[in-house]
Amino acid sequence: MLAVQQISGAGQVLAQRAQLPAIDYGALAPLLVILGAACVAVVVEAFVPRPARWGAQVAVTVLGLAAAGAALGVHLSSGAGGVVTLAGTVAVDGPALFLWGTLLALGLGSALLIADRTVEPGGAFVADAAVRVGTAQDRAQNRAQRAQPGGTTPGGTRAAAAGGHEEMQTEVFPLFLFSLAGMMAFTAANDLLTMFVALEVLSLPLYLMCGLARRRRLLSQEAAVKYFLLGAFASAFFLYGVALLYGYAGSVALADISQASAGTDRSDTLLFGGLAMLVIGLMFKASVGPFHTWTPDVYQGAPTPVTAFMAACTKVAAFGAILRVLHVGFESTSWTWRGVLWGIAIASMVIGAILGLTQTDVKRMIAYSSVAHAGFILVGAMAMTPDGLSGTLFYLLAYGFTTLAAFGVVTLVRDAEGESTHLSQWAGLAKRSPLTAAVFGFLLFALAGIPLTSGFTAKFAVFSAALADGMAPLVVIALVASAVAAFFYLRVVVLMYFSEPAADGPTVSVPGGFTTAAITLGVVVTLLLGVLPSFALDWAALGGFTS
Amino acid sequence: MSPTSYLLLSALLFSTGAVGVLVRRNAVVVFMCIELMLNAVNLSLVTFSRINGSLDGQIMAFFVMVVAAAEVVVGLAIILSIFKTRRSASVDDANLLKY
Repeated sequence: MLAVQQISGAGQVLAQRAQLPAIDYGALAPLLVILGAACVAVVVEAFVPRPARWGAQVAVTVLGLAAAGAALGVHLSSGAGGVVTLAGTVAVDGPALFLWGTLLALGLGSALLIADRTVEPGGAFVADAAVRVGTAQDRAQNRAQRAQPGGTTPGGTRAAAAGGHEEMQTEVFPLFLFSLAGMMAFTAANDLLTMFVALEVLSLPLYLMCGLARRRRLLSQEAAVKYFLLGAFASAFFLYGVALLYGYAGSVALADISQASAGTDRSDTLLFGGLAMLVIGLMFKASVGPFHTWTPDVYQGAPTPVTAFMAACTKVAAFGAILRVLHVGFESTSWTWRGVLWGIAIASMVIGAILGLTQTDVKRMIAYSSVAHAGFILVGAMAMTPDGLSGTLFYLLAYGFTTLAAFGVVTLVRDAEGESTHLSQWAGLAKRSPLTAAVFGFLLFALAGIPLTSGFTAKFAVFSAALADGMAPLVVIALVASAVAAFFYLRVVVLMYFSEPAADGPTVSVPGGFTTAAITLGVVVTLLLGVLPSFALDWAALGGFTS
Repeated sequence: MSPTSYLLLSALLFSTGAVGVLVRRNAVVVFMCIELMLNAVNLSLVTFSRINGSLDGQIMAFFVMVVAAAEVVVGLAIILSIFKTRRSASVDDANLLKY
């Protein structure tokens, strides 16, 4: 940023000097590595010949994630506390580091699901998104692979449409990496402008990724349009909130806003108007409560690996930002806005639990479950105590892995038309594939919050923190909502185990290494966090926000 | 003219855009209304910059312009792809995903 020194004697700028801000590269390394990997992936897309691209992209993505994880480990082991760098715009503190670790691990799982080409021959993404849906060219993309499932033509070129199937569009990998980098910046943004730019960097690639499904392309494109229009609408609200807060505090740094709002006689209209607009934008991204309307449609229409990425990582990033805004920027005014957030949290839990009951599609059901979970997480985010903070962080970690694995399992249950997501098709799944049914049942138990799963530990951490912070009525409502939500999870378990499978029901694909690894990762973490949560809880409680 | 008038104009433009998003049916027009909202914010930012006597707001307006341009690229690509299939850019026709 420019430090402009204005000497106002003659009303002229007499001296200007630009100072470069100090940059702590060690702390920023994970973020920079992911951004660098994204740029490398763009170059790969441009210069590597088409047949070799998939391998190159997977290598760049996985290596980038691993390098970022290593950089994060080095920074953590160096024992540096919270660092505010890049002229105060990025704060790499305890919660940011925890969420970066969470995002990188969840990102690895999502990348594996995205890269998989065994469950859907050629990959879950369309070979050429520019081909119009329903044309002869488009049918050729699909017909060929239905005729010979599993048959991989080595070239995978355009000409392969005649005989084999076309390889998936590998642009998803750079889009995925940019989106992940945006999410990491979003959780660490220490001023609202950085937060806005990070919000767009995370959202814009996601809009595109939603529209790239290989099967059911119309649904996928519709999901992309809906997500884009509503997302852009919500980010305009976010931005107006930023402008109002800038008018209030004369700065968009969260610390300055906090300072300005502590005991001044400035106009509260700007402060709370701005906060309301800001919160609308953030709640939209986190698919909370009354701002959730896009969630079921987009989760259902998007390619399932992208849904898994959105459900796990976007939620983590959005709540990271919500936590930072509430804890750093608006802690001193918490008594004023808390009532409104109570209402939002209750609305979110009730909407998620009640509407989840009526769903007949697995992906939509998990989407409503994510709305209900957003309500639970918000209960923790409102508790302005260290316990509330660490409990919320832990909840995000636990929920992310469970939902990632759940969507991973959804990709496996298929028939000739692609994934069978209608609940009636899941009847008697345990008889067709006991292992898949057992894994999915376990994940549903975790989502419901049954003991010995991470869901229980997370709910316990969040609700006890909220109780300690004097939110007993809210906790009671949350418990009732979890009980209602547990019903629709158990309904699926009953359907899978105690119904006869339909004769023309779907089959369960045997996944390749990538999907297996992603589901295993999710299930193992879900189990570990349920049995031995102390390690993650300790890490989550390591440090508060620095600003 | 006092700076407050510009803030009122900005609020008016923002509300016009928000109402437009809610009532218009053509995806491109809806998108234009969103752009109107972003530009209303720009006006606010510049006005507040003037009131506060700092340059930050003007610099932020540039950030918003760049982001809005990036959004246009992505948005028009998505709207175009669905238009090519359906021969219609009406958001009411996109009704396969519901309930």
